[in-house]
Amino acid sequence: MAVLVGEVRESVSRQSLSHDVRAMKIVLHRELIRYWRDRTRMVSGLIQPLLYLLVLGTGLSTLVTRGQPGVNLRTFMFAGVIAMSVNFTALFSAASIVWDREFGFLREMLVAPVSRASIVIGKCLGGAVVATFQGVAILLLAGLADVPYSPALLLTLLVESFIVAFTLTAFGVLLAARIKSIQAFMGVMQMVMLPLLFTSGGMFPLSNLPTWLTVITRLNPLTYAVDPMRHAVFEHVSASPAVQAVLNPGVTWNGWRVPVMLELLIVVALGLGLLSVAVARFSKTD
Amino acid sequence: MSDVPAVSVRGLRKSYGEVEAVRGVDFEVRPGEIFGFLGPNGAGKSTTINMLCTLVTPSGGAATVAGHDVVTQRDEVRRDIGLVFQDPTVDGYLSAEQNLRFHAELYGVPRAAVPVRMEAVLRMVGLWERRTDLVQTFSGGMKRRLEIARGLLHAPRVLFLDEPTVGLDPQTRQAIWGYIQQLREAEDITIFLTTHYMEEAEYCDRMAIIDQGQIVVLDTPAALKASVGEDRITLRTPDGPAAVAALADRFGITGAQRGEEVSFSVPSGEAFVPRLFAELGVPITAVSVARPSLDDVFLNYTGSTIRDAEAGTGRDWMRQMARR
Repeated sequence: MAVLVGEVRESVSRQSLSHDVRAMKIVLHRELIRYWRDRTRMVSGLIQPLLYLLVLGTGLSTLVTRGQPGVNLRTFMFAGVIAMSVNFTALFSAASIVWDREFGFLREMLVAPVSRASIVIGKCLGGAVVATFQGVAILLLAGLADVPYSPALLLTLLVESFIVAFTLTAFGVLLAARIKSIQAFMGVMQMVMLPLLFTSGGMFPLSNLPTWLTVITRLNPLTYAVDPMRHAVFEHVSASPAVQAVLNPGVTWNGWRVPVMLELLIVVALGLGLLSVAVARFSKTD
Repeated sequence: MSDVPAVSVRGLRKSYGEVEAVRGVDFEVRPGEIFGFLGPNGAGKSTTINMLCTLVTPSGGAATVAGHDVVTQRDEVRRDIGLVFQDPTVDGYLSAEQNLRFHAELYGVPRAAVPVRMEAVLRMVGLWERRTDLVQTFSGGMKRRLEIARGLLHAPRVLFLDEPTVGLDPQTRQAIWGYIQQLREAEDITIFLTTHYMEEAEYCDRMAIIDQGQIVVLDTPAALKASVGEDRITLRTPDGPAAVAALADRFGITGAQRGEEVSFSVPSGEAFVPRLFAELGVPITAVSVARPSLDDVFLNYTGSTIRDAEAGTGRDWMRQMARR
């Protein structure tokens, strides 16, 4: 069966950048295949955000609407629920590294003659794409939250979802580099996810909070991902300035309103930072 | 590749804290050879293989694989080797074909060659018909066969097989040895494998016995057996003590009696049996001649059988700890 042995051997032993790109693409591709096969995950990843949006959003709105007529609480929560959905899926994608370690597949990747960076980047991009898909599912339900199906809005939310998904996956991958057992990883994931979400302004407005909570929300990176999404939503719904001021106050540092572009930049920079630490972690050997 | 040793190892060591897993080993594997590492679990086989595959950095000494240094030329080594691990490393959520494609992309196999190579390796291990099935539906033996196919996909110069047959049924084990034999002819490849099955060591051209992190002896299986020497004859007789006495008296041989069985060693067993019947003068009901097995070799060089070595010391546990 000596088929093409010499030819393949020759070509494999020539090093080139395109090998790294191919490796990155296939790692990404595998994430997509696995996500596509796992319908349960797709559906279960939607349940919790929907619960927040439809049940909690509707229920709590009976408390609030009397004060702020005109804006549905679900509209307010929409950005937070997208972030939540993306968050869940991104960390779950990163968890697959821990599974891969447990089931040995990580070894197959780590022993390959490609840079660890291409594997880690492929993984982060894959997780980000998958998490963005999951965000799209929520986007499709915009109508339920009285959010208009404006192409410009949907595109903005899509891009912003991708950015936050990438950063969260990078965070998850870095966790996965350190945490070796799936149980521990799931535990940490639970521990991290809700506090991140609760202090991001996704579930309640960032205005008029006590100082301690204000400080925490400003330290939470997810805040800088939720705010641009909320900002985009409120640009496309009609709400009085008074309502805007309460529900969409923006993120302020000591009274200075942080621009959306800077917020996104913070998230991207953090993502790249986490990514490079993760690459360094995976490049070490025993 | 003709003159460069496939693997060359000098004073290779690895310790994990207090535990010395490999304590200075030296050997060379010639191109095209099937080279076996035989030893009980925890003897340092896997650690050595992991160092050669660049997965573990040696604490001391040096090693080259296909002419590349395993520490300074890690990527070059990785391109030239195929790996089949002890534990499965295939992705159950992908089909057999997708697992192979993943590997091909990761190793940069030229695109045009991928379908051809894929078919060749899948046919070799008899999984061509199952190529589109999800790997999670495969049995342990099929997964191992798939891993062997995958390890060969990028046409490596040296294939490392860490315990390729452990935990498999006899038929699959037989099949896997079949592939290994075929490979040598088909792919111009060197095979380095570890095993703790004595009977499998016989398939190797040369083998090293490793125990407690050191190579005890290295030679061809035949030479190793010859070095242990004599054939072992066991006979059954109604009168054991008389037989032992007669052996000492007529042949000057010391026999060991256990119930109705008497056993003793002679240089050439088959030639001795006719003399035994003719001259012993004690009734014999049965006789058997055993050539020395690699088990005897192992016993001879390490002072314990492989099974005892595995059971006794809790080294397995230490190895588990060391791996973390």
